[in-house]
Amino acid sequence: MSETSYIQNDAVNNLQEDLFRADYVADQGLSSTLLLMTRLQRPLLVEGDAGVGKTEIARALSRTFNCPLIRLQCYEGLDVNSAVYEWNYQHQLLSIKILEGKNLSTSEKDIFSEEFLLKRPLLEAISLPQSPVLLIDEIDRADEEFEAFLLEVLSDFQISIPELGTITATSIPHVILTSNGTRELSDALRRRCLYYYVDYPDFEKELRIVRNRLPDINRQLSSQIVECIQSFRKLDLRKKPGIGETLDWAAALIQLDVENLNNDPELIMGSLVCVLKTRDDRDQVTNDVLEQLLINAG
Amino acid sequence: MHVVNNTDTRPEDPGNTLVTRILDFVRFVRANDFQIGVQEELDALVVAKHCNIMDQKRLHWGLRSLLCTNNNEWKRFDKLFKVFWLQHAKRTNYIQGSNPGGKLSKDAAGQNSADSQEIKGADRTQQDEESDEPIGQGGTRSGASQRETHLQTDFRFLTDSQQMHLMEQMVERLARRMRPRLIRRYRNLHRGRRIDFRRTIRNSMSHGGTPLDLVFKQRQRRLPRLVLLLDVSRSMSFYSFLFLRFARGIIGAFKDADAFIFHTHLVHVTDALHEHNINIVKKRLAVLSAGWAGGTRIGECLQTFNQDYARRILTSKSIVIIFSDGLDTGTAELFSEQMALIKRRAKKIVWLNPLLGRNGYEPTARCMQAALPMLDLFAPAHNLESLLALESQLVKL
Repeated sequence: MSETSYIQNDAVNNLQEDLFRADYVADQGLSSTLLLMTRLQRPLLVEGDAGVGKTEIARALSRTFNCPLIRLQCYEGLDVNSAVYEWNYQHQLLSIKILEGKNLSTSEKDIFSEEFLLKRPLLEAISLPQSPVLLIDEIDRADEEFEAFLLEVLSDFQISIPELGTITATSIPHVILTSNGTRELSDALRRRCLYYYVDYPDFEKELRIVRNRLPDINRQLSSQIVECIQSFRKLDLRKKPGIGETLDWAAALIQLDVENLNNDPELIMGSLVCVLKTRDDRDQVTNDVLEQLLINAG
Repeated sequence: MHVVNNTDTRPEDPGNTLVTRILDFVRFVRANDFQIGVQEELDALVVAKHCNIMDQKRLHWGLRSLLCTNNNEWKRFDKLFKVFWLQHAKRTNYIQGSNPGGKLSKDAAGQNSADSQEIKGADRTQQDEESDEPIGQGGTRSGASQRETHLQTDFRFLTDSQQMHLMEQMVERLARRMRPRLIRRYRNLHRGRRIDFRRTIRNSMSHGGTPLDLVFKQRQRRLPRLVLLLDVSRSMSFYSFLFLRFARGIIGAFKDADAFIFHTHLVHVTDALHEHNINIVKKRLAVLSAGWAGGTRIGECLQTFNQDYARRILTSKSIVIIFSDGLDTGTAELFSEQMALIKRRAKKIVWLNPLLGRNGYEPTARCMQAALPMLDLFAPAHNLESLLALESQLVKL
């Protein structure tokens, strides 16, 4: 790709179709943002409620680009050693024991060679020959110190290991960060990244997702399911059903041989275990509420 | 920086005009409270280069992902884009309209200074009035030096000024001692079970490479950063001064702790509490809170906190401790909105309510009702014992 050329409409549409083939229904806004991300080589921060398909973007992208996906799951207390690299101490100790009594001058360097280096996601991501997709999942769970460190890695794409020297990226990974907003991220990180907010899909989009993922589903059932889920999201539930729940429910209903949601209310009520995940929500959706929803869903 | 200056010159050719327009747009967005620096101005031009600039949607999406940094900005961007590029005439109105003109003005309430006494120590006079109330839990009249008997005394039953003085000192000392105890508890609580190879090998140097001393992994826990919000309204007057002494103890022991007092306004009092002489502290607080009158407005005070201080003070290590009875005159909506904002930024929220120590108290006040689901700890704070218990509860959080 040449520096001066701008992203053609075709390119966006192509990516959108590629993503669709990789089982991800993306709108044009997202596709053009993803293209921009690859062009500018900047990380993309994706926010949105749980279950709207943030993580899935990275998976679909890796399938589309046909490159490996490296995932770093963040958690409280995640430190540099488990995110970047660690020496394989057990292995080193064993080697030292085996080499004891032999000529040590040759083996000292070997102890800190790549052979004993355990690559953790960040180091692995920058040392691949082909650009991978690096997914840094739920960055808001990591500590602020880690966030600051990450910022450095993401701007320079190089990591220094005291015993080995600085390792510069052989290829710049496509970085996608996701956040659920459990804590506010630093402004520095936000500014370093491109930003995309994923909302719950509208009826049309969700229907496309369901039909794309479950090609065998009957048309009426699929639109009923989506209609129903859309109204569930409007209820004041503690945990709103995400796309994953929609797909689970649809799959469950197919397994149960349901053709139409209006046929067997009791069975449908039972199958709601796929959708309602807290006791309060379960109590809130009574038979009457469900009935009303089903009438609305046609 | 050059780019910024260049844009001020008159555009001469079409390319230059385009650059100017895009930079104008970036500044327009910045004027509408987006966080945008010089780097973003340059990046906006790069984005514009990569997107087909003749395609409105493309440019829109590109700039949106570049300039937005959070959901709030994301929601507002579309409108801003439209206003700037599509309805040029209305633009100026929008900038003016969006400027935060309605911030809480601190000089607005200068009516009378009746409430300022609350800080100074009106507690005692009011307690004297109530001294003929049945003294329930007992022990209040016994020797002031016996700490045991004081442990369970509700602060509001302290009548004697000497007792009060002693209690103040005890409360402050208690707060000061919390830090070393907290550190010790953190160490003991999280003793690791896994071998830390990195350090074991480092230690084995002195034994010629034989790992004799095993080092175990410990979970790294840092002390929480405490932020105290003290309600000093009239309904809290029995307690507020003692809590201020408590806050003083905390501030003295924890270097990065912060304290605020609120009633109708919110005031940052960390610096005032650092003063050694307690009489000077009292005077300063009286000056700070002069002219406060009217009902407690917790929601608005929290809003001030969020707007002016939260960004700087609250981190994911922060524990926000609110001392209040939850009786206020503001709206519950604003209050819960602001609580949610704090909840997002801070690690935990603790609410200490002195009324909770009384028999038969139910948190039915609107404010308390709205707050309850968001609290990580809801505890009483009416006597020494409850403050002492706070320490172990903080460790568990």
